[in-house]
Amino acid sequence: MSGLLVNPPVITARGIVNRFGTQLVHDGVDLDVYPGEVFGIVGGSGSGKSVLLRTLLGLQWPRAGEVWIDGQPVVVEGDKQAITPRAVKQRYGVTFQHGALFSSLTVRQNVEVPMLEHLGLSAEARERLAELRLRLVGLDSEAGAKYPAQLSGGMVKRAALARALALDPPLLFLDEPTSGLDPIAASGFDTLLLELQQQLGLTVVMITHDLDTLFRTCNRLGVLVERKMVSGTVEEILANPHPWIQEYFGGPRGRAALAGSGRPALMARSGESSNGP
Amino acid sequence: MLRAEASPEGLTLWLEGPWHAPTAAAAEAALAGVELSAARSMTLQVNVSGPLDLAAGSLLRAFEQRCVAAGLAVTWQPQRPAALLIVDRYSPAAGAVVRGEIDRPQIAASRLTRWCVAPADRLGRRLLHAFNGGREGLVLLGRVVSVLGRGLLQPQRLRGISVARHLYETGVQAIPIVALIAFLIAVIVAYIGAQQLRNFGGEIYVVDLVTLSVLRELGVLLTAIIVAGRSGSAFAAEIGAMKLNEEVDALEAMGLDPVEVLVLPRVLALVIALPLLTVIADFMGLAGGAVLSWSLVDIPFNQYLVRMDDSIASTTFWAGVVKAPVFACLIAVIGTLRGLQVRGSSRELGRLTTVAVVQGIFMIILVDALFAVLFLEIDF
Repeated sequence: MSGLLVNPPVITARGIVNRFGTQLVHDGVDLDVYPGEVFGIVGGSGSGKSVLLRTLLGLQWPRAGEVWIDGQPVVVEGDKQAITPRAVKQRYGVTFQHGALFSSLTVRQNVEVPMLEHLGLSAEARERLAELRLRLVGLDSEAGAKYPAQLSGGMVKRAALARALALDPPLLFLDEPTSGLDPIAASGFDTLLLELQQQLGLTVVMITHDLDTLFRTCNRLGVLVERKMVSGTVEEILANPHPWIQEYFGGPRGRAALAGSGRPALMARSGESSNGP
Repeated sequence: MLRAEASPEGLTLWLEGPWHAPTAAAAEAALAGVELSAARSMTLQVNVSGPLDLAAGSLLRAFEQRCVAAGLAVTWQPQRPAALLIVDRYSPAAGAVVRGEIDRPQIAASRLTRWCVAPADRLGRRLLHAFNGGREGLVLLGRVVSVLGRGLLQPQRLRGISVARHLYETGVQAIPIVALIAFLIAVIVAYIGAQQLRNFGGEIYVVDLVTLSVLRELGVLLTAIIVAGRSGSAFAAEIGAMKLNEEVDALEAMGLDPVEVLVLPRVLALVIALPLLTVIADFMGLAGGAVLSWSLVDIPFNQYLVRMDDSIASTTFWAGVVKAPVFACLIAVIGTLRGLQVRGSSRELGRLTTVAVVQGIFMIILVDALFAVLFLEIDF
């Protein structure tokens, strides 16, 4: 992993504190995401994974803490609201847990929205590119002409990913991208994500409960336990003695997924990425 | 970004600098500006800084196809970028329909069709649509009545807490605005009336004018219109959002009747609230008339009261208030019906909320006109 760690992190968060009323969700969460890695955020239900993601995006204002993306401050302690510059927002794509497609636009128009705003391409090139994105995530022209309400849950996930990819962002935030997909589609999604990530050098931050996806795609994991984040390579996390982490990965599902992923292959893959840029 | 070099063998393009989405517009313009007609072959030297992404890949592939179509041999140096391979794999086969829209055959409309048949067609459709809307409203009203009948046998089905909440939101919270508007409108009526009646020296009849118009019409009509705007829209939006979030489906799947849970409490609350609001509006309207009569026409309050008492019949007050429950039913049924009709998109939600308010106000005024005729006939 040392090869990855040499580069300065794409995302840095320090001392994030989030509180809703009397409920303390995060109490000093630190996080570093390095370029070219797939970083998985794991945690129990209600541990504040989505809140953390929203904090990184500047959608949720933390009580304390700071966030930098690409070296630019997006959350500054003491300020009252997000200051994420437009240029930074163009550098990342986001998929929300329930898709968050614009319901009054067709799927193709949804994909074209960020392109219209930021790219300034001709209509023809834009349409071609939107079509490419849709095919990339496994949707055809017919699906592109539909409205979100006419899509199945899996298609909504794919359309949301197509929209997140619209600007070819080097950084992707995915909130449970494979939940609700059938195993074939989920596995296809993993393949697609790895391929895009390797070919385009994407950095991916992903919240997921899908252990198969986790073992197959993630280089490093951040586990939210006791309102703090424990992060490290997959191997380091698996070796962590914390009881919750052991239960999460050592339970029947964790063991099955690990066996399915092939632990030697996992080792080999993380070794391989350390030879990367 | 793009540097062209012409040689006897052909054209060489140097791709330099960043080729990615943020510079895609410039890249597209640069590629469009390349003149192909003179060249025989095309060499693309890829020397970009940073990753060449799919936006750039898509543009380059389209350019490559343009070169091939122009009969040029295309060579990539040092190699064809990986992004183009991805674009290749996920692009539709040549000749495949890219746009998914169905081509509708355009029938050339004759003059007869355009000027006679089409308007009749539209009118017919509108009428049918309106007829269906009315029928659906009646169906919902019927279901409300049947659920109410069941509720009278089993009072816990009437959902008292829910009714109380709606009573508070549609009734209590509407008091300030209803009172203010009734007061101001009565002042306006009295003011205009006083000006006109002064010509005949009959300023005292301002009292009759205000009393009759407020009690019979203005009090209940204004209240109903305000409530249609406030609560009709709230009903439609609230239930519509629940529809979009599949909450209504969840109710139905649990064996709960959405009419009983969502529609009936709103109808009941409004049927109780609107007559009470009307009484408040009547009172404030009369007060407004009294204040203006006193300040402008010098009619003291005690004389105003005596004159008011003379001008009204025993039925005058009831002729206004009796309409309130009917208006309440109209507002609540139309609002909830439009809410239940929302499906698909947030745009539908907005459209049907608008429809709920517009139709509610229209129906109030239409039914008020019918009441006017009815009361004239039965001499109420």
